[in-house]
Amino acid sequence: MKKTIYSLLFFFLVGNILAQQTPADKQKTPFSIEGATAHLGNGEIIENALIMFNEGKITFVGSAMTKIARMGTVINAKGKHIYPGFIAANATLGLVEIDAVKASDDEDEIGAMNPHIRSIIAYNAESKVVESMRPNGVLMAQITPRGGVISGTSSVVQLDAWNWEDAAIKTDGGIHINWPGSFTRGRWWLGEDPALKPDTKYGSRAEQVKTYFENAKLYLSGKKEKTHLPYEATAGLFDGSKRLYIHINGQKEITDAIHTAKELGINKITIVRAEGADKIADFLVKNNVSVILNRPHRNPNSEDDAYDSTYTIAKTLTEKGVIVSIGMEGQMERMNTRNIPFYAGTFAAHGLAKEEAVKLITLNAAKILGIDNFTGSLEVGKDATLFISEGDALEMRGNRLTEAFIQGRKISLETHQTNLWKRYANKYKSK
Amino acid sequence: MYYMKKLLFLLFFLSLSFSYAQDYFPTDAGVKTTENTLTAFTNAKIYVTSKKILKKATLLIENGKVIAIGKSVKIPKNAKTINLEGKTIYPSFVDIYSNFGIKKPNRKTSNSRRTQYEASREGYYWNDHIRSDVNPLKAFSFDSKQAKELINAGFGVVNTHMEDGIIRGNGLLVALNPNSSDAYRILDTKSAQYLSFSKSVTSLQVYPGSIMGAMALLRQTYNDASWYANGNMKNKDLALEALNANKNLVQIFKTSNLLDAFRADKVGDEFGIQYTIVGSGDEYERVADIKSTNANFIIPVNFSNAYDVSNPLLAQQISLRDMRKWNQEPSNLKVLAENGVNFALTTNTLKSVKTFHKNLQKAIKYGFSKEKALAALTAIPANILGNTKIGNLNEGSYANFIITSGDIFDAKTTLYENWVQGSKNMVNDMSVKDLSGNYMLSVNNKTYDLTISGKGAKQTAVIKLGDKKIKSKFSFIDDWISITLNEDSGYTRMMGQTINAANVMQGTAFDTLGNETSWSAAKKVKKQDKKKKNKKEKEEPIVVLPVSYPNLGFGNYELPKTETILIKNATVWTSEDAGILENTDVLLKDGKIEKIGKNLKARGANIIDGTNKHLTAGIVDEHSHIATSAVNEWAQNSTAEVTIEDVVDPNDINIYRNLSGGTTTAQILHGSANPIGGRSAIIKLKWGENADNMIYDNSPKFIKFALGENVKQSRSPNGTRFPQTRMGVEQLFVDYFTRAKEYDALKKNGKPYRKDDEMETLAEILNGERHISCHSYVQSEINMLMKVADRMGFKVNTFTHILEGYKVADKMKEHGVGGSTFSDWWAYKYEVNDAIPYNAAIMHNAGVTVAINSDDREMSRRLNQEAAKTIKYGGMSELDAWKTVTINPAKLLHIDDRVGSIKEGKNADVVLWSHHPMSIYTKAEKTIIDGRIFFDRAKDKEKRLAIQKEKSTLINMMLNEKMNGGKTKPPMIREDRNFECDTLEELKN
Repeated sequence: MKKTIYSLLFFFLVGNILAQQTPADKQKTPFSIEGATAHLGNGEIIENALIMFNEGKITFVGSAMTKIARMGTVINAKGKHIYPGFIAANATLGLVEIDAVKASDDEDEIGAMNPHIRSIIAYNAESKVVESMRPNGVLMAQITPRGGVISGTSSVVQLDAWNWEDAAIKTDGGIHINWPGSFTRGRWWLGEDPALKPDTKYGSRAEQVKTYFENAKLYLSGKKEKTHLPYEATAGLFDGSKRLYIHINGQKEITDAIHTAKELGINKITIVRAEGADKIADFLVKNNVSVILNRPHRNPNSEDDAYDSTYTIAKTLTEKGVIVSIGMEGQMERMNTRNIPFYAGTFAAHGLAKEEAVKLITLNAAKILGIDNFTGSLEVGKDATLFISEGDALEMRGNRLTEAFIQGRKISLETHQTNLWKRYANKYKSK
Repeated sequence: MYYMKKLLFLLFFLSLSFSYAQDYFPTDAGVKTTENTLTAFTNAKIYVTSKKILKKATLLIENGKVIAIGKSVKIPKNAKTINLEGKTIYPSFVDIYSNFGIKKPNRKTSNSRRTQYEASREGYYWNDHIRSDVNPLKAFSFDSKQAKELINAGFGVVNTHMEDGIIRGNGLLVALNPNSSDAYRILDTKSAQYLSFSKSVTSLQVYPGSIMGAMALLRQTYNDASWYANGNMKNKDLALEALNANKNLVQIFKTSNLLDAFRADKVGDEFGIQYTIVGSGDEYERVADIKSTNANFIIPVNFSNAYDVSNPLLAQQISLRDMRKWNQEPSNLKVLAENGVNFALTTNTLKSVKTFHKNLQKAIKYGFSKEKALAALTAIPANILGNTKIGNLNEGSYANFIITSGDIFDAKTTLYENWVQGSKNMVNDMSVKDLSGNYMLSVNNKTYDLTISGKGAKQTAVIKLGDKKIKSKFSFIDDWISITLNEDSGYTRMMGQTINAANVMQGTAFDTLGNETSWSAAKKVKKQDKKKKNKKEKEEPIVVLPVSYPNLGFGNYELPKTETILIKNATVWTSEDAGILENTDVLLKDGKIEKIGKNLKARGANIIDGTNKHLTAGIVDEHSHIATSAVNEWAQNSTAEVTIEDVVDPNDINIYRNLSGGTTTAQILHGSANPIGGRSAIIKLKWGENADNMIYDNSPKFIKFALGENVKQSRSPNGTRFPQTRMGVEQLFVDYFTRAKEYDALKKNGKPYRKDDEMETLAEILNGERHISCHSYVQSEINMLMKVADRMGFKVNTFTHILEGYKVADKMKEHGVGGSTFSDWWAYKYEVNDAIPYNAAIMHNAGVTVAINSDDREMSRRLNQEAAKTIKYGGMSELDAWKTVTINPAKLLHIDDRVGSIKEGKNADVVLWSHHPMSIYTKAEKTIIDGRIFFDRAKDKEKRLAIQKEKSTLINMMLNEKMNGGKTKPPMIREDRNFECDTLEELKN
């Protein structure tokens, strides 16, 4: 009995250490943030800015010199920086909790052609990994299924929610395909050299993808006597309500994939991962194709590539006029999603203007994901999804959040990790 | 002497008499006869050895041996005389690395999912891959077909063996004499002992699972062999017995790449054994190091085809190193010869022996001398084997020789006969006239153009009428020419012979109607040919691109030199109590930091302007897996016997990439597959140096331990190895250290003991001579190891990863152990559920020495940014944050007296940064190690252009090769190897 009381006491004293952070309530009072350097997300910057928002929407963006009444709670952010909430494109947050624990893995459904598989269903709004995004300014993410040829359909969420319905800010907005690669590995168990060499089946694999969508199109234009769920799911690609995300590397493959999509009458196209896209930037611009780059913190493909070859691609593409964002795909991708600001920073270190780098993970991402009409930049009328950082948020040592808001709701910046931090820091302090 | 003793009884008698049928065998086929085998070859040009050449000389042989050779040999009356006017005699060749007549055993397979840790043989060594007892004679069966190929290529003797296992048993010296029996042609049943780094296919025993394991196994085997020889073992071990018995044979070690050649040599040197090393054709890449092994080499003559680069997108993806190989490797033999390396040649690795001469001709074209080529095929292999009776034609030697039309290394030369043990093998019939040439063929009042080419019985003809090629058949057998023309009007058949030494041929013809008539052909004397010849001689000059160190893109043609460098007016992050010094000069001299101050001057110094730039100590990575050919020896739960120092790979591009991020020192750790892992290599990233030169001099000794999910095989579906729980992990440590204590006590008492490399290593830990860096995650196991250490009387030096270190920071402080952790990794497996990025800050605040490490070849090139995360998470000061990647890891590695900070007297390992060193926007502009500039951003730009240019040169060369009919192979992409803690590589067998 006594023990129970103590543990209850402990629970209340230290806070909800074991539970996830409780989502914030709707914005009830207005906020005015004054004095910060505002990075608007559209490439512009306002020094000594004033940002005001109410009922979840931004009501004022301008200079703090403006003579206008400050609404509600005033936050003095002098010397600090304010940014629109960062957006992680092509992420799998909430689909897997612990990489190596199969029971916690919901990212890859069986089957090759899965346009009907919807990521939003498995999105765990209470994931400990999800909440760890927020102290780094990552407040929205595109939740993307993985695997197969057609992986499924993605949705966009905000990262402070009770459940997936609550979290969704754009449902079923994109279909993701893995375009075949044109290289194959030798089958070492048959004595072949395991190195990569041209895949003779590339052509037929690419044809398979094309045929699938052609059949879907024929089905959709027909009587549909028997419902074909996967084909139904592709309808948005042809009527322009959904975007086709093609995950692929290599200039040849990218070119083939875009030609195929165009022939199929699909007009909203984004290339994901996109190594080699810089070599065909003009072609991408001409076809209005945007790009979600993989994180630059990875090794160059070939030992002859320059050490910074993964760092400079954003600059090249941006200068050519391609809309570029950053995504996560590969090893430890969920945990590393919180490093997306630093990936933008790396692109800035290697040629991209700093505000252009901010744009990669704000307005550009919003444009690609189709949410730029209500978020992605600090503009009047848009969602008040933003945060204040003590320094340059693209820098490890500058990215230190003091406040963050999603749809005007002041969210908690505590996490499973900060709780453990405080618990143990206190343990030694009290000694 | 010992040769005689060791012969089988069969061969013992052989030495008494030499005849085609054993002298003492009864005969029931007729009366007993003995053939006269006395043969004289006269008027030949004779290579007695590669250096001793006789013109117009006589070779006299009898009973398979040379009995006389010289210009004035008296030919006995009963000798058969063969006039070899205009012909040349060479000693037949010797291939001392062969598997002739010995089939590789079948690969053992199993349906069991259980990993086999134990040996399958009883009465032999504890490891199945030690097969010193293998007797090749048991598996030998003279392969006439294979023999024919070798004979046709000029070989007379091969040294064969069972090509299977790490120690493979002895060699068998065989004369390629198909006309005899094994009783005569097996010259030596114990000619050599063979070794390699490849496992036997006959066993599924998993150890060794890596190249370093194979090296350790060899060492332990040698230890055990001498323990056995001294009669200390109670059991019988036939493998060790055989190893001891074969100790004095030539030890031939097969390697499959250059680094393995050095590794083999290293193991041999430690035991006073100089291996003869079978190389792989890439020795030119580090020929000075090859020379300094002092080993004899056996080198394959096998060159790769050019890549098919006609698709530019694909061509672009082939690595420069692979393209260079095609261009450079034909010069290997020349380079080896010019550097005084003693080597024999082998046909080994060739898909077909038929290509041997073509390849050798290519090597000669690339500058390899013919004299050296001949020696490498005759005297040198014979010398290596210590056999004076082969590889030369001195009196008393075997009558193994070839008769050619001229220079054996000339493509136009015909090899007529290859005599082995005095027995003739015809390759091309000497007596067949060479008809090759252009003829005017007259038959039926028509004149055709007849062109004959080829050699001996294989001569072929092309017949034209005007410009039109006529369907025809041609043969030249037993001196009879037969030609059939197939024209629209029907067949014309001709038979005939040559007259006037082949300049004219004539005979009888039957026309399309069967009418008998005559035909003739007369040789044309051509002037065009000469012109063609002249053209051919004007072939493009051979261009061999220079070798860089390492020999790949971004390699150094010349290694950076130690310079006197004065960095002026920089912001200097000392990583010492002095903190950050603004507008300060630092002088580097003789590889050391000479002086720190203001307005420094130094004569002749390379002055670098550091204005607005930041100078720091080079970054030290406590936990890295770059620059190594292996990470885990996973095939036992304790592998203290292996060391990464054995397998440092200087050819890893990640060395250069790490330099580009300011990293200058790294501990290359064994992986985390087992609780007691292997020993570390602490290296400086001196790009271009060889493996040994990268390793620290007097390097502190380290070993990797590991705890948690990896060592208990948590993610393996069929783990059967002890331990499978954290409970078992504790007992494993207790067990090993208890045994190590007992071992050490025995050793210190001066009593005889079985030298055990594993126990030696653990005893070093107990004696405080070796430090532990232990992979660890959760608090229970961290606590456990400290308690085991306390109980056993040793200290844990470093916990690496240590993601729950923050939960036991006070206990760590008390034990005196440091923590080397990731900045922010978590959520990748169950045991990192409570990993937090505040870990470094909490441990630091509790007084633990904290480093931020990489365990990742990508992160290790931006550890400066990872250090910056400790400012974000947990609020460490900038100075303390910077120490987590400089002086703190240096302290943990016990090299803080040499590196890790900018302090007068320390190693000149510094980095000049464009901005604040922990800013995301900063770039390393110059990375300096020991006062040598190993990375320079400006030079890096030049290197990029040079790679592009060289690739384009090579692509042009390869296109040329293809256009001119050379063979090509499809492009292949070299993939980046990614070694991490839990990478389980597999040693090939």
